[in-house]
Amino acid sequence: MAYSEKVMDHFTNPRNVGEIPDASGIGEVGNPKCGDIMRMYIKVEDDKIVDVKFKTFGCGAAIATSSMATELIKGKTLEEALKLTNKAVMEALDGLPPVKVHCSVLAEQAIKAAISDYYKRQGLDPKLFVSTACDCHEGHEHCSCESCKI
Amino acid sequence: MKTIYVDNAATTSVSKSVLDAMIPFYKELFGNPSSLYSIGTDAKRAVDQARVDVASCLGADTNEIFFTSGGSESDNWAIKGVMHELIKKGKKHIITSKFEHHAVLHTLESLEKEGFEVTYLDVHENGIVKPEELEKAIREDTGLVTIMYANNEIGTIQPISEIGKICKSHGVLFHTDAVQAIGHIKIDVKKENIDLLSLSAHKFHGPKGVGALYVRRGVKLLNLIDGGAQEFGHRAGTENVAGIVGLSVAMKEASSNLEGKNKRITAMRDRIINEFLKIDRSILNGDQIHRLPGNVNICFRGIEGESLLLMLNGKGICASSGSACTSGSLDPSHVLLAIGLAHEVAHGSLRISLGDENTEEEVDYIIKVLPEIIARLRDMSPLWDKIVKEEGMAEN
Ligand SMILES: Cc1ncc(COP(=O)(O)O)c(C=O)c1O
Repeated sequence: MAYSEKVMDHFTNPRNVGEIPDASGIGEVGNPKCGDIMRMYIKVEDDKIVDVKFKTFGCGAAIATSSMATELIKGKTLEEALKLTNKAVMEALDGLPPVKVHCSVLAEQAIKAAISDYYKRQGLDPKLFVSTACDCHEGHEHCSCESCKI
Repeated sequence: MKTIYVDNAATTSVSKSVLDAMIPFYKELFGNPSSLYSIGTDAKRAVDQARVDVASCLGADTNEIFFTSGGSESDNWAIKGVMHELIKKGKKHIITSKFEHHAVLHTLESLEKEGFEVTYLDVHENGIVKPEELEKAIREDTGLVTIMYANNEIGTIQPISEIGKICKSHGVLFHTDAVQAIGHIKIDVKKENIDLLSLSAHKFHGPKGVGALYVRRGVKLLNLIDGGAQEFGHRAGTENVAGIVGLSVAMKEASSNLEGKNKRITAMRDRIINEFLKIDRSILNGDQIHRLPGNVNICFRGIEGESLLLMLNGKGICASSGSACTSGSLDPSHVLLAIGLAHEVAHGSLRISLGDENTEEEVDYIIKVLPEIIARLRDMSPLWDKIVKEEGMAEN
């Protein structure tokens, strides 16, 4: 468990844990069978993420990446938030052990899922805005992203 | 912060008396036991004495004990050595259980690739092999049964004497991986009809990287490590003299006052189990009675083991888990799956393994801290939300 200090900080004191009762969008990714589920709640006003909360079942890295991802998108426009990559989450945490890279992919996917849900609730087709491709090269069933499912 | 070490099934500290006994063999008595001058013959004498002591702890004869580099080597040697000998007589079948240590399971996988056939016995919900199922699995070409004495994760103790009897009556050799049992259970290889037994020093306050294999006289096995004439010509390599001395001293110490120590450790274990089971939706893994004195293994639903361990570590508590994240693979422990747990439940396992150095105060602290950590993790777990929604709130 060679985690960076940043990871340990976000694990020990996770930011934005909880739920948003009147969320504008909720996204959930992961699979209990694999040992991680992330659920993200966003509150959107004027295309801006004014609040974000998460709940995560998973390892230290899953909790830390969820926490970091919420920090990185809070206050951002939807367009900006959609540009957040798993790499950016990892870098912000000063890196992750190789076996934990999929946790950062899950965090990226959780945000995208929440934003997709928001668009759906607006009566819009999320596919027009959200790409589901991920650059996870692990290609294993552990990752819940669309490209890994194939 | 004080460290509370409750991972004694992973390894143990080297006791002071063991270390004191070892040091001379790194210093003035550094000689090679095969040499003829006195610092060599002194080392040789120490190895010989260690062999006598280890043999007597097991009820074996001195020339039935072979020192190795640890539990993994002993398991590899016993299984490969016996089968590569027995194949000459057309015996190519081995019986084992689904929840052996990887030192056994991966050895068997490698033999399967060579064409040997293996039957993996069910260990059922309680984590115990059924002797009648074992007897049924014996075939004309069965050469070896290998069943662990006690499981390293859930601590369940197997019906070794019964298995020994069955094997003897069918003329099949019986190996047991007793790495977790030695130092906790009194073993007598003759009474229990054990033909081969693996042990490892670091599980009972000896040093790492040294172990032994007991081989009953008359059992033929091929060498695993060829070279010099050490270990009666059966296991080459200049002896790990200090390690061997450490092993024997640790084993003698572990065997003395076993009952007294076990009584105290069992009481602490049961206190932890009883307290942990008061936590909503917690499950004890493995039989409650046929269980190593120091083993607690419990699943807490809705949480994941690695994050639990990290939080415990934050409180100074060193424990272990069978979650996928801690095993470095995608699946949770094969042991927990073998006793029928669902993946998502197995991910939330915690193993606490107590030893004679643990105290009641440490147990008090663990009992106090753990429920708070579980509550905190469940509070942020979407899986827990779902479980509560589907199954309802706890009754109390
Ligand atoms: C049941 C069992 N067998 C074998 C081993 C391997 O022993 P060693 O670490 O000495 O190779 C262990 C230790 O992890 C064990 O618990």
